Amino acid sequence: MAEIQLKSLAHSYSANPSGPGDYAIRQLDHVWHKGGAYALLGPSGCGKSTMLNIISGLVQPSEGEVLFDGKRVNELSPRDRNIAQVFQFPVVYDSMTVFENLAFPLKNNKVPAAKIKTRVQEIAEVLEIEDKLHKKAKNLTADEKQKVSMGRGLVREDVSAILFDEPLTVIDPQLKWKLRRKLKQIHEQFDITMVYVTHDQLEASTFADRIAVMFDGQVVQFGTPTELFEAPNHTFVGYFIGSPGMNILEVERCQGGVRFDSTELRLEPWQSEILGGMKSDNLKIGIRPEFIEISPVMSDDTYAAEVRDVEDLGTYKIVTVKLGEQQMKVRQSEEFDAGIGSQVNLLFPGQWLMLYVDEFLVQEQQ
Amino acid sequence: MRQTGYKNIGITIYILLLLTPVYWLLNMSFKTNREILGGLTLWPQNFTFDNYAVIFTDPSWYNGYLNSMAYVSINVVITLLVALPAAYAFSRYKFLGDKHLFFWLLSNRMAPPAVFLLPFFQLYSSIGLFDTHIAVALAHCLFNVPLAVWILEGFMKGVPREYDEMAYIDGYSFPKFFIKVFLPMIRSGIGVTAFFAFMFSWVELLLARTLTSVDAQPIGAIMTRTIGASGIDWGVLAAAGVLTIIPGLLVIWFVRNHVAKGFALGRV
Amino acid sequence: MDKIPDNRAWWLVLPVFLLVAFSALVPLMTVVNYSVQDIFGPGQAYYVGTEWFKEVLTDQRLQDSLIRQFAFSGAVLLIQIPLGIGVALMMPKSGIKGSLCLILVAIPLLIPWNVVGTIWQIFARGDIGLFGWAVNQAGIDYNYTGDTVDAWLTVLLMDVWHWTPLVALLCYSGLRAIPEAFYQAAEIDRASKWAVFRYIQLPRLKSVLIIAVLLRFMDSFMIYIEPFVLTGGGPGSSTTFLSQTLTTMAIGQFDLGRAAAFSLIYFLIVLLISWLFFTAITHADKEK
Repeated sequence: MAEIQLKSLAHSYSANPSGPGDYAIRQLDHVWHKGGAYALLGPSGCGKSTMLNIISGLVQPSEGEVLFDGKRVNELSPRDRNIAQVFQFPVVYDSMTVFENLAFPLKNNKVPAAKIKTRVQEIAEVLEIEDKLHKKAKNLTADEKQKVSMGRGLVREDVSAILFDEPLTVIDPQLKWKLRRKLKQIHEQFDITMVYVTHDQLEASTFADRIAVMFDGQVVQFGTPTELFEAPNHTFVGYFIGSPGMNILEVERCQGGVRFDSTELRLEPWQSEILGGMKSDNLKIGIRPEFIEISPVMSDDTYAAEVRDVEDLGTYKIVTVKLGEQQMKVRQSEEFDAGIGSQVNLLFPGQWLMLYVDEFLVQEQQ
Repeated sequence: MRQTGYKNIGITIYILLLLTPVYWLLNMSFKTNREILGGLTLWPQNFTFDNYAVIFTDPSWYNGYLNSMAYVSINVVITLLVALPAAYAFSRYKFLGDKHLFFWLLSNRMAPPAVFLLPFFQLYSSIGLFDTHIAVALAHCLFNVPLAVWILEGFMKGVPREYDEMAYIDGYSFPKFFIKVFLPMIRSGIGVTAFFAFMFSWVELLLARTLTSVDAQPIGAIMTRTIGASGIDWGVLAAAGVLTIIPGLLVIWFVRNHVAKGFALGRV
Repeated sequence: MDKIPDNRAWWLVLPVFLLVAFSALVPLMTVVNYSVQDIFGPGQAYYVGTEWFKEVLTDQRLQDSLIRQFAFSGAVLLIQIPLGIGVALMMPKSGIKGSLCLILVAIPLLIPWNVVGTIWQIFARGDIGLFGWAVNQAGIDYNYTGDTVDAWLTVLLMDVWHWTPLVALLCYSGLRAIPEAFYQAAEIDRASKWAVFRYIQLPRLKSVLIIAVLLRFMDSFMIYIEPFVLTGGGPGSSTTFLSQTLTTMAIGQFDLGRAAAFSLIYFLIVLLISWLFFTAITHADKEK
C-alpha cells in the first residue's frame, strides 16, 4: 500500500510534440492517498488510461515525476513498483487453468504453495468462480475471463495499489453491479489503494469515495460525488456529471450582474466583486436542471420562459424551456402539467447559480 | 533496456554469420581465377567485372536465367489461378469428400521429388512437352498448388462469412464479389502465397533439370557447365550464383510488409 | 465458422483436382506399375508381384541410407527448431530495423538449392574458402571432401544455415501475433523472462511450430541437391541420403522396378511420420 503522487506530469505519445494538442496528459498534479477507493472519470480519449499506465509503469511519462510514498519511481518497471492492474479487455493465459492463472502472480512472487492455495481459493470464492478453478482458461466465457483477469489483480496482498482500467466493459449490466459491489467489499476488507477508471458516472460514484474528473489531459476536479454535483469546478464537470448535465450559458457583463440576449441575471455580491477584478470575457453561467424552480406567480426574481418540450422519465419530468434565445432543461416532479407552448416563471436560486470564468468556477473566498 | 541491447547484439551476430557465406560468393565473383586460386584474400585485390561479362554476353548463359524466370512466372500464375477458387471452396463449403481431398492434396507436398523423376520424364515426353517451360511449371505445381491452397485457405477462414452475404444482398454476382470484394481483403495472403510459389519454384532444380535439355534449361543446370577441361571456372560460377540471388531479393522486397503476418500462413 | 454443405463447391476445386491429379496420379500409377514388374526393354515386362519390395526392404545399402537419413533429419530438427525460436525472439519487433532483419534473414531461403551447395562447396574449402581456412587456422584438421565426420557436419551446418531462417520467420510472425496486452499483464504479474516465454510466448507459438516441424521434417527427409553439389554423397557414401540413393538407382542404374518399389516405401515413410508428428502434437494438446 502506498500514497501515489503525480508531480507536474505531462505525456505525449509523439516524440517531438509541437503543441498542446499532441499531449495526452498536460501538466498534472495529483495525489492518491493511501488506502482510498478512487475513481478516475472522463470521456474516451481524455488521457485516463494513459495516466493509469504511467502510474503502473507501462508508460514512461515525457515529463514530471511519479512518487510512491514520496520516493521517485519513474525509472522502476511495473515489476518493481509492485502494482496490480486490471485491463479493459480480459487477458488470461489460455494455456493455463483458472487456478494456475490466479496463482501466477503469487508464484512469480515466490509465495509458498500452501499459501497460494488458500489465497486463490479465497479470491475465487469472492468472484464466484471456485467451481471453474480447474477449467482451462481458454474455454471460459468473456465475463468469466474478465473475472479471472480481475482475480489476478486482487490475489496479491502486498501490492502498492490496484488499478482498474474500465474493467467491466465486457460484463453484462446485472453482473456489473454485483462485481462493483464486490470490489467495494474487497476494498473495505483489505484496505488497499484502488483507482478505478471509467467513463460512467454511476459506476464511479458507486465505487469511489472520491472521484477525479479528467478532461483534455488534466484533472479538472477531485472531490466526493456530492461536491462534483453541487459545485462543479469546471464547465466540463457540470456538463459531464448529472443527467441531463448542467445548463451552461454564455454571458456577458452588465450592470449588477451578467446578461445573455436581453435577460439580465443578478449575481451574489461576492461573485460580482471577484468578477470585477478579472479581465477575461469568457464568462459562463451554470445551473443544474434540479435547482431551477418554477414559480406559480410572477415576481421581480422570476423570468418568463416558454415550455418547448416535456419528457416524462417515469419518476420525474425533464422540461425544456426557452428563455430569450436560449434553451434550458429543468427537472420537475411528476405533477408538473403545463403544456407545450405555455408560459412558466423560472426562479434561479442564488446559491445554485455558478459563475465560470475561462471555464473554471468562481469560488467564494473563505 | 539492457535486455534489448543483448538482443540487438545477438541478432547482429546471427545475421553477420548468415551473410558471411553469401559475402564470400560475392567476393569471389569479383576476383580473377588466378587470385581465387592464388591464396585467400578477404576482398578482391584486382576488382573485375569479367566474370559477369561472360554471363551477360553469352546467350547460353543468360538464356538460363530467362528460362528459369519463364517457368517460375508461369507456375506462379497457374498456381494462383487454380488455388484461389479451391481455397475459397475449402474455407466456405462442406462437400462430398472435402477432408480426404484436402489431405490428399497436402500429401503431394510430402512426396519426394526424386520419386516422380522418372515418371514425369516419361509423361511429359509422351505428350510432347519435354524441354518446354510449361512442363517445368506444371511439374512444380505438384508441390506449389497444395501449399497455395493450404495457405490461402488459412487466410480466407479469417474473413467472416458476413462479408459474402452482405455482397450478395448488395447485388454482387459471385465473380464480381470474388474479384472486387474478397480478393482485396486477403491481399497479404495472396502476396505471401505468390512469394512461396515463387520461392519453391525458383530454388528447385531436380525436376527442372530432368524435364529440360536445351531450350528450357534452367540456370542451375547451366552452372554445372563451369566444370571445363581446365577445372572449375570459380569466378564465373560465383558470378552466376550471385545473379541467382537477386530475383529472390527483389521479390521479398516487394512483399516485405506482408511477411510478418504472412509467414504464419494465416494460422495464428 | 460453420461451413455450408454444398456439393457444387466441387466446381471450384475441380481445376486443382485435375491439375494435381495429372501431375501426381498419373506418375504415381506409373511408379506402382513399375514396382510390380521386371522390365527388360520396350514391350518386355513381366509381372513379379511383391518381389521388388522384398528385395528393397532387405537391401543393406538402402537400410544404411535410411538410418543416415533419420540421423540427419533428427539432428536438423533438434538444432533448427530451438535456434529458430531464439532468433525470432531476438529480432526487433517493428520499424525499419524489423523489416531489414526480416529481409536479411530470409536471404538463404531464396537461393536456388544448387547454389546453396555451391556456396558451401567454396566456403568450406580449406584453400579458397573462408570457413575451411579459418577452421584449419584454428588448429583443427578439417577437410570435408576427405573426412566422413567433417563431411557430415558440413552438410548439417549448411542445412542449419539454409533452413533455420524458415523456422525463425515462422516463429517471428507467430510472436508478432501476440497482443501487447499479454506482455503488459505479465509485466504487472511480475513474471520473469522465462515465465513469459514458457507460459505466454511458447503456447502461442504452437501452431506455427507444428508447421515448422512438419516442413522441416519433410524437406530434410527429401534433401538431395545441396549435399549432391557439396559432397556428391561422399566421401564413400557418408552423406548419401535417401533421395540420392533413389536417383542413382532410377537414372544412374536404370533399375526401374527396384527404384519404383523403393519410391513407394519412401513416400509412405514420409506420409506416416508426418501423420505421426501431427497427431502426436495435436493429441497432446487435447488431453489437457
